[in-house]
Amino acid sequence: MANLKIKFCDVGFENPTVLASGILGVTASSLKKVVKDGAGGVTTKSIWLEEHKGHSNPTMLGTENYFINAVGLSDAGIEKASAETFPEYLDGKSPPGRDLRPAPIIASIVASSIDDFGELAEKIEKCGPDIVEVNISCPNVEDEFGKPFACVADDAVAVTKLVKGKISSVPVIVKLSPNVESIGEIAKACADAGADGFCAVNTYGPGMVIDVDMRMPVLKNKVGGVSGPGIKPLAVKAVYDVFKATGLPIIGTGGVLSGEDAIEMMMAGARLVGMGTMVYYRGSEGFGEVVREMDEWCEKNGVKNIEEIIGIIK
Amino acid sequence: MNIKTFDSRPVALPIKKIVKENETTNTYVFEYFLGSKPGQFVMMWIPGVDEKPFSVAFDDGNEFWLTICNVGGSTAELFKMKEGDKVGIRGPFGTAYEFADGDHLALVAGGYGAAPMYNVASEAVKKDCKVEFMVGARNKDLLLYTHKVLGLGSNVNLHISTDDGSAGFKGYITQVLEDLLKKEKIDKVFTCGPEVMMQAVGGVANAQGVDCYLSMEKYMKCGIGVCGQCAIDDTGVLACKDGPVMNYADVKDLPEFGKYHRDSVGKKKHFN
Repeated sequence: MANLKIKFCDVGFENPTVLASGILGVTASSLKKVVKDGAGGVTTKSIWLEEHKGHSNPTMLGTENYFINAVGLSDAGIEKASAETFPEYLDGKSPPGRDLRPAPIIASIVASSIDDFGELAEKIEKCGPDIVEVNISCPNVEDEFGKPFACVADDAVAVTKLVKGKISSVPVIVKLSPNVESIGEIAKACADAGADGFCAVNTYGPGMVIDVDMRMPVLKNKVGGVSGPGIKPLAVKAVYDVFKATGLPIIGTGGVLSGEDAIEMMMAGARLVGMGTMVYYRGSEGFGEVVREMDEWCEKNGVKNIEEIIGIIK
Repeated sequence: MNIKTFDSRPVALPIKKIVKENETTNTYVFEYFLGSKPGQFVMMWIPGVDEKPFSVAFDDGNEFWLTICNVGGSTAELFKMKEGDKVGIRGPFGTAYEFADGDHLALVAGGYGAAPMYNVASEAVKKDCKVEFMVGARNKDLLLYTHKVLGLGSNVNLHISTDDGSAGFKGYITQVLEDLLKKEKIDKVFTCGPEVMMQAVGGVANAQGVDCYLSMEKYMKCGIGVCGQCAIDDTGVLACKDGPVMNYADVKDLPEFGKYHRDSVGKKKHFN
């Protein structure tokens, strides 16, 4: 059995797999089940200051090659997260009778204005997350809010500085958009502004799927972020670029479905591996399976400690 | 690793026929091999409007039916559609009511739950099951599927209750069920209806030593086990994937069962 434990910004993870934001993250019960199924950590659905409706259905669909979604960041707001999701998750995390540090919970926060991020940062820190992930890169709310902050270096820097100025007790990571000319440059700018790490990447696009019989786009929002197997090579390259540009810890996310995919992401520079669309293909039980596959790969290749492979691609 | 080939794009299907069941309820007939089992559901895309989950009311391999109540919103838009208009269908999804050849089944339907229960009955009679079809409603005008059930043959007995006594037994269907279970040997009780009603049905069945399976009705957004909107407290199991059909014994002690469900943003809404 290889050592799959990872320290990410000084937060300990039992294994490198993390539930990505937006999937199965509505309730504490759901997050706890994902941990039970094998995830090393979980990320909440992105939390707003106020309730946010999101888009009507259809909001997602998949094929064997890709997945596309435009959920539109539906959420009940910080009040529910603070009254329910965090207390329930943090309370019930340790198995009875054992004083273990529970699987880390990453709080994803989202706002439509830079100012809102400041107020939200103060409130989310009080909820007791292990890490705060700043989502400035969702591609499927552009009609509502315009270009994501992660696509404009000055905006990304402003949000990073503001949130870092408000949160002192836990690491702050920035979720980057791949839909930019140079993700390395944006990452470097955020790193200089104080980011402790990154989640790379959010979904691609937006893209569009047209039902030719209906003669209309399937998604109600017409366009949505693309994820799944087809984007993996792009995401691996993006993680490679961010790691080269900053050397900071990265949750490598995008198209990872198997243990070997996860290993590949780590070789590109990821310390943790985020999975979301994987749940569509393998269910949340897939987390435990991916961890087993990573362990098998390590055994077969004489890797005793998973840390050995992080960022080995030069 | 074995990644199943899975395409969840909708299939565009013309509405073959619209049958009016009562003032507020229509059955939509589609000519298509759906391959569903009783209790499973589909996601129906009403183009340009929304997409919602509906239980399958009948599926013989040539056509399937969806019985839908006009509750406003997107169903109001559906009710404006005509035969020949196209909707998108994804599925079938979720778990089914499972039974063995020759079983003696009690099917307990509340309100619109009669449609999926009819689906069970129509399959069960093919497998030489004896079926007690029990349907409850507030009054006789809201009873669904009773005529169709009578057409399923002599292996199906129909039991009716109404709150106001306008048809059948005056009172709740759970009372009719309890009397039946005390008299007859029933292998399984299946129920579909409002959650609080199913909770009572499960309690009556288990008290008589009979297993009960019900159809969890939660807010389902994606239908494919990804979004987490239908996760049930406190186990986190998904109504769309681990359900909708679940064993009453497995859900009866869950903190949200019979007490609340969640809305589209994930906030608790208590039943009352």
